[in-house]
Amino acid sequence: MALLELNNVSRHFELRPGVVERVLRGGKTRVIKAVEAINLSVAKDEILGIAGESGCGKSTTCSMVAGLLPPSSGEVLYRDRNVGEMTSSELNDHRRRVQMIFQDPYESLNPRFRVSDIVSEGPRALRLWGEREIEEQVAAMLAGVGLPAGKYWDRYPHELSGGERQRVGIASALVMKPELVVADEPLSMLDVSIRAGILDLLKELSRQRNFACIYVSHDLSILANIADRLLIMYLGQAVEVGSVHDVIKNPKHPYTRALISAVPVPDPRVKRSPPKIVGEISRPVDPPPGCRFASRCPHADQSCSEVFIKLDTNSPLAHQAACHRLEQINSEAT
Amino acid sequence: MPEGFERGLLARITRTVGEHYRIIHANPLSRIGFWVVSVFTIVAIFAPWLAPHEPWAMQYDSEGSIASLRPPSLEFPVGTTHLGYDLFSQLILATRTTLIIGAVSGFISIVIGANIGLVAGYYGGKIDEILMRLTDVLYGMPFLPFIIILIALFGRKLEFVILAIVLIIWRTSARVIRAQTIAIKQRQFITAAKARGCSNLRIIYRHILPNVLPLLLLYAAFNIAWSIITEASASFLGFGDGTTISWGGMLYELWLSGKTRVAWWWFAAPSLCIITLVTSLVFVSRAYEEVANPRLRKR
Amino acid sequence: MTDTNLLSVANLSVGYSTSQGVVNAVSDVSFDVRRNEVFGIAGESGCGKSTLIRALLRLLSNNGVSTATSITYEGEDVNSFSDDKFRDAILWKRISLVPQSAMNSLNPVYRVGDQVIEAIRAHRSVSRSEARERVEFLFDVVGLQPELMRSYPHEFSGGMRQRAMIAMSLALDPGLIIMDEPTTGLDVLVQEQILRRVREIRAEVSSSIILITHDIAVIAEMSDRISIMYGGKIVESATAIDLFESPFHPYTLGLKNAFPSISVMDNELISIPGTPPALIGEESGCLFEPRCPFSDATCAQILPQSHSVGEMHQVSCHRHTDVTELREKASKKSTWHC
Repeated sequence: MALLELNNVSRHFELRPGVVERVLRGGKTRVIKAVEAINLSVAKDEILGIAGESGCGKSTTCSMVAGLLPPSSGEVLYRDRNVGEMTSSELNDHRRRVQMIFQDPYESLNPRFRVSDIVSEGPRALRLWGEREIEEQVAAMLAGVGLPAGKYWDRYPHELSGGERQRVGIASALVMKPELVVADEPLSMLDVSIRAGILDLLKELSRQRNFACIYVSHDLSILANIADRLLIMYLGQAVEVGSVHDVIKNPKHPYTRALISAVPVPDPRVKRSPPKIVGEISRPVDPPPGCRFASRCPHADQSCSEVFIKLDTNSPLAHQAACHRLEQINSEAT
Repeated sequence: MPEGFERGLLARITRTVGEHYRIIHANPLSRIGFWVVSVFTIVAIFAPWLAPHEPWAMQYDSEGSIASLRPPSLEFPVGTTHLGYDLFSQLILATRTTLIIGAVSGFISIVIGANIGLVAGYYGGKIDEILMRLTDVLYGMPFLPFIIILIALFGRKLEFVILAIVLIIWRTSARVIRAQTIAIKQRQFITAAKARGCSNLRIIYRHILPNVLPLLLLYAAFNIAWSIITEASASFLGFGDGTTISWGGMLYELWLSGKTRVAWWWFAAPSLCIITLVTSLVFVSRAYEEVANPRLRKR
Repeated sequence: MTDTNLLSVANLSVGYSTSQGVVNAVSDVSFDVRRNEVFGIAGESGCGKSTLIRALLRLLSNNGVSTATSITYEGEDVNSFSDDKFRDAILWKRISLVPQSAMNSLNPVYRVGDQVIEAIRAHRSVSRSEARERVEFLFDVVGLQPELMRSYPHEFSGGMRQRAMIAMSLALDPGLIIMDEPTTGLDVLVQEQILRRVREIRAEVSSSIILITHDIAVIAEMSDRISIMYGGKIVESATAIDLFESPFHPYTLGLKNAFPSISVMDNELISIPGTPPALIGEESGCLFEPRCPFSDATCAQILPQSHSVGEMHQVSCHRHTDVTELREKASKKSTWHC
């Protein structure tokens, strides 16, 4: 059974023109389709990586999974229960089970809270345990992320290094004993030499504490290292999903291919064949109905701007790409 | 709540007080302001025991005649009025009235302003719209006609003076705190708090409030200063509480006596007090302008 | 040797005076940039790489003081130039900068094209139409349509702004272009496009480039030679191939372990324990010593000198003679984390 399932989930934002715009230029309300008809599933104990460039909808997807943003359509199922239909006490429980780790360790910690207050805040807000128990759990959790409570208990965030702050962020999510952790680019603000430590910590804790994880990043090198499965998004659409090895070693979708071949390799002897993609990712404002990559895709034809196949959640473990011309592309290549 | 919370609360309060003491002491001007305000506060508390005479008792000199319009001397340190009242005693007792009005209306206005600002800024949308239009209406309300009507309706009483001052003053702090709240609510640690399951009220009062606190204290000091000035103007125009004595009221009586050109001391003493206290409060508030952010403080 | 060197810097140090004391952001850095090469400076935040560039271009903030025994550019001693003379004669004309966060370096109220035109006219007496022709050419070089000259910065994406900044840096045909984190914050595909463009430009205009970044992968792909900075010092310099095939310094070894690669997926990543030094006050010994698993008593007391360990390969480490042992041990996780 999947822990989390997103069925046909979309999130649209309306872009209303100002009064002047409306009167003088007849501006209409435009729609940003940040996430369009996403299907995905996360199994217990797996790490699902979501990759894509900025504006691909990965952060919006995270917010919907964490219950911070309701979907415009479609359903978010958690243990087969629709999150949109939960009662407030169920929702509180859901809030505990699904936790987030944030991107920016300098922004995501309240500057006026001490480390112990930051980590205790979740259990206190949801009244998970008594105060004494919270204290014990928090101390144990801090030790678990490598910050001995004796030394860090009374510190303020501005007294910590970036790596230490991110450990506090991780502790404050995991102290809730979540079943699913959504990590939104947790390493992108950290220095190279300490990234591996945080990555190891996340991997190790996910094994120890049995939580599933959605790890969102634009950095495929990191995802290649931590994820079990990988979902690639482009401009709000899911374009490819599969085991991390399949997707990276044998990408199917033209976008995934371009993306992977564009990742620089830390070895001067490796010569990559650069992708043949032109242009830049735009914003999904009133996009055409078909595949949103069509305008930049070297293999696209007329049908691509009209047809878009969604990924199929019924076979979650299969390697699939949302491109209806895969066979033609493959035959062109050979 | 279990006792751990109590313990934490007490420790937090001591820590907070110490922190603010350090903030004020870091800035030399604020330090001076702080001590001047403290002296005024002590005078206000012990006013009845400190004042050598009754404020409205005629004083006689050694020859038995009324000590009318005496300039400052050893016997009457700041002189006397045309009716022989001791201005020094009046000044001391007036300190009490002035400080009470300042502190009470300053406090009430900041509490109202802060809450309205926090709620409007955090919830946004319709709530924000309604609350902000309400403050706009108050911006359009002229102070003097407003207090004249209040006093015409209810008489010259301290409570109404305070009420009028509060209604006029809270609007600015509400706007400023709303702006700051909007800035803070967009920061990621607020999203983090939501993701941890914190309720809206918890986010407002536990996560946002401490972050607007320096601004809040800055405006609290401003509000007290403004209340004192406003009270002085109201009293000077004869709209103060007639039964208690205040610095503005002393100036009003000088005006009534028609001795403005003669009794410079009668004019100088309350004026200097007003200027000194208000300036000191502004100095104290300056310390908070520099601590919008704990990162700027010494590590 | 002087013929091949475009820029030579000897013993450059920068100190910032702060309320907590003097921060030695850069200490005793010496390097050469040859003609027609890409010289990469890699290091983590706070290692002094950006300060180094600012000192070189006399762009330090008021509390920063830089000293150097000599700085020569194209055989000319520029160290003795006054700030004004340096700005007048060198900056933009002969050495240009693509600043960090180039995204925000364009003035939002002027058209992008006009900003580049003004930059040209500020340094060269050319007519507006001549300058405009030049900018059209430059836009073409960096891969922007000439029509975009009439756009405002907010109409540009991050990648386009970066291209515009590169166009500006090329405007006066400088012999050396310094790029400070040119692709940080850009998406992979855009980064790829820009880096490809930079390679093409370099092949055409024969300028040298100093590339500064924390991204080991980018620097590995772009650079001919690389210097690794740590704690305000250059700890190792070598050709790109040498640095990756036969690194000497424990910090370089550690960085290699810590950096993920998409081509080698199953590699275990190993972080370097500890945090970078604060650089306040007097130092004694090697700055990497507290984090180094190979350090001994000497390392804590004596500052390591630069040793030549190969052709164009220098390393500042006392234990450079034990390199085979170091390399073998460094690849094991237990060496770094016990």
